[in-house]
Amino acid sequence: MGRDDIAMTLSDAPSAAAAPLPDKPVERDTAAIPALSISAVSHSYGTRRALIDVDFTVAPASFTALLGLNGAGKSTLFSLVTRLFGIQAGGIRIFGHDIRQTPSEALRLMGVVFQPRTLDLDLSVMQNLLYHAALHGISRREARSRGDEVLSRIGLADRAGSKVRDLSGGQMRRLEIARALLHRPRLLLLDEATVGLDVKARADILHHVRHLVAEQGIGVLWATHLFDEITPSDNLVILHQGRVLASGEVTQVLENSGARDVNSAFTRLTGARSGSPES
Amino acid sequence: MSSATLEQSRRGFSLAEYITCLNGIVWREALRFLHQRERFVSALVRPLVWLFIFAAGFRQVLGISIIPPYETYILYEVYIAPGLMAMIQLFNGMQSSLSMVYDREMGNMRTLLVSPLPRWYLLFCKLLAGTAVSLLQVYAFLLIAWFWDITPPPIGYLTVLPALILCGLMLGSLGMLISSGIKQLENFAGVMNFVIFPMFFASSALYPLWRVREGSPMLYYVCQFNPFTHAVELIRFALYGQVNWISLAVVGGCTAAFMIGAIFAYDPSRGLARRGPAGGET
Repeated sequence: MGRDDIAMTLSDAPSAAAAPLPDKPVERDTAAIPALSISAVSHSYGTRRALIDVDFTVAPASFTALLGLNGAGKSTLFSLVTRLFGIQAGGIRIFGHDIRQTPSEALRLMGVVFQPRTLDLDLSVMQNLLYHAALHGISRREARSRGDEVLSRIGLADRAGSKVRDLSGGQMRRLEIARALLHRPRLLLLDEATVGLDVKARADILHHVRHLVAEQGIGVLWATHLFDEITPSDNLVILHQGRVLASGEVTQVLENSGARDVNSAFTRLTGARSGSPES
Repeated sequence: MSSATLEQSRRGFSLAEYITCLNGIVWREALRFLHQRERFVSALVRPLVWLFIFAAGFRQVLGISIIPPYETYILYEVYIAPGLMAMIQLFNGMQSSLSMVYDREMGNMRTLLVSPLPRWYLLFCKLLAGTAVSLLQVYAFLLIAWFWDITPPPIGYLTVLPALILCGLMLGSLGMLISSGIKQLENFAGVMNFVIFPMFFASSALYPLWRVREGSPMLYYVCQFNPFTHAVELIRFALYGQVNWISLAVVGGCTAAFMIGAIFAYDPSRGLARRGPAGGET
């Protein structure tokens, strides 16, 4: 992360905290339809079972950490939720919309940041946003206005014309998050969004995403294998070898597992010698 | 989420949203094409080498009798021009498939595939975008060829456009279908050897089929079954304001078949679903 990044962090961005979207009122009703509902989902690659009876929900306006080691099945789960893969068994609903039966409605309510970078490096920052907007049927004028808004929110307004390949890793991730929010989704999926970033950039991105939950009421599913990205107020799903070992509020998971912290809980539940290799 | 918001999310897509999406995909493809100037140059150099060198060498060897749509004896350069136009589209179609494999490996493809618009429509837009790029290349070729005495009737430049669009869609969908089966970028060399070269050489692009029949009846039948032959003939006739109905039917049928195949292959429950996640992901 360069000096510019430090000087212009997400938390410093002036409008980050006070920018609820005007036409989307914040909902706090936890009894409402879950933002994401995953029921008995199983998936195999040939004979190898990647997911086995996975079951959990993500409430609106909540931050849910999906914790698992590399190979736990997190990316497979994301591919199923985003309909990149077809569902073999079980069901997935986004705000009540079945991803198989009404994929358009479900995908419209969802923003995604994949583990690999999915930006077009040869296009500019704004061009990437405009392209994404077009894929959601957002007119060019509206897209440009929203693009300016999200770029200023993430502190990249002055880089709108820069080629994406000229951005730092942290800036690219912030741009990907901004892009995922351009069509104003109600559910945001982030698959190991901080991989490869330095400590400061990771903290900034986490801060920004938690802001989105608090200020805009977006439901977030945050896949990670890093314990220090999880706070006691989060919801937690522990995925190990394709199975959900525990889910619920972090405090509840700790209580049920008799552990003092997430690291210990993970180690106890999975039997792993050391929970997170990178924590 | 309120029920009102949920109801709002249940609406379908308006025509304007479909058009916006199409514009966006074509615009991005055009931008990428413009950024890759060497791609444009190489797309032009290839047919021009055939026209300036190969055709010049063979014009004395290969006599062309009067065959439709030509009404008089023609130079060999004039004969192969439609074949070279189709060749531009063939290479462009395969280049598009290469870029789809690259996009898939790099992750860019996901941006497209998680769009809420129907996947068949997204793939169709992608095909149209690739075809639009091929049209730019073909018309640039025709402009240069005009200085080389390849001067079809002026109306031909217009009448050939629908044929080029259809052929571009056919070859683009073939490329898309092939790209769904290629797991790694490195495997793309096989496409060159097993698709592009056989399709191009076993066709009427470089020599009329009656000449092929004289030399090898077997090859003649292979050429007849080659959809690229019909793409060449469709373009040849259209360039002179005529329609080759058989070629039109074959190209139309193949376009539909390849497109359905490609959409089927990119269906989440079929094509991509069979593969594991990208490298490093689980």
